[in-house]
Amino acid sequence: MLDLIIFYLAALIAIGGAIMMIMQRNPVASVMYLIASLVAQAILYIQLSALFVGALLIIVYAGAILVLFLFVIMLLNLRGEHFEEASWNIGRFTKYGLAVVFFLEVIVIIRQLTLPESVAVGADQAVAESFGSVETVATRLFREYLFPFELTSVLLLVAIIGAIVMAKKDKTEPGGDI
Amino acid sequence: MVPISNFLVVSALLFAIGTAGVMVSRNLLIIFMSIELMLNAANLAIITFSRMNLNVDGHIIVFIVLTVAAAEAAVGLAIIIMIFRNRETVNADKFNLLKR
Repeated sequence: MLDLIIFYLAALIAIGGAIMMIMQRNPVASVMYLIASLVAQAILYIQLSALFVGALLIIVYAGAILVLFLFVIMLLNLRGEHFEEASWNIGRFTKYGLAVVFFLEVIVIIRQLTLPESVAVGADQAVAESFGSVETVATRLFREYLFPFELTSVLLLVAIIGAIVMAKKDKTEPGGDI
Repeated sequence: MVPISNFLVVSALLFAIGTAGVMVSRNLLIIFMSIELMLNAANLAIITFSRMNLNVDGHIIVFIVLTVAAAEAAVGLAIIIMIFRNRETVNADKFNLLKR
């Protein structure tokens, strides 16, 4: 019962935060709602016994990536005239309608799945205490998936170089084209 | 006791909200955040299936996706800074250069 209450609370915050995020005009408020949504999603992760990844989501996502977003917003120094005007025309409703249709399609697919009752969270089944712990994930990561793990370092290096090259001010031609 | 399909429904809903955000919003930063939200919705589904099969491989996939999201955020925000420096706007309708 307690599981269910925690689940519904976390799901409500995750979905409510996401909806509020796309409704905002000010990107700073958007980032704040996204952080609220992410923390609630981390609670869902922990309910699914993914303790390590849940902690990672809060530390890396809410703590680093979204702070990077905030830094960029601060750097851009956006004022009121940069925010879009909310226009409720027919095209906007069509786009929301498309998203709803997409959601319903996925729901139909989920209904087709045969999900065993025994795997429900909180059911009397043997989830090993170590499932999803740092030790289990790290052992798997550094034994079977060592090479993909090393490749992520190359990916991050390329991203660092790309970001520096793009964000660097070009001194030779001021105000060059995009 | 929470049925496992509930988590999949939440994941689908988050992904749909993300698509709506990408389609509706005209602010580049909010479009970018919606993409991050969609990545997270996919992560939630992967974690759910990982828990269903009691297989920890899904956690590794999510770990890699988080890395890709970090790299994407760095490069994407650099692009946004560059666009703002040249055009003084973050409105996606103001630089539809490929559309003309």
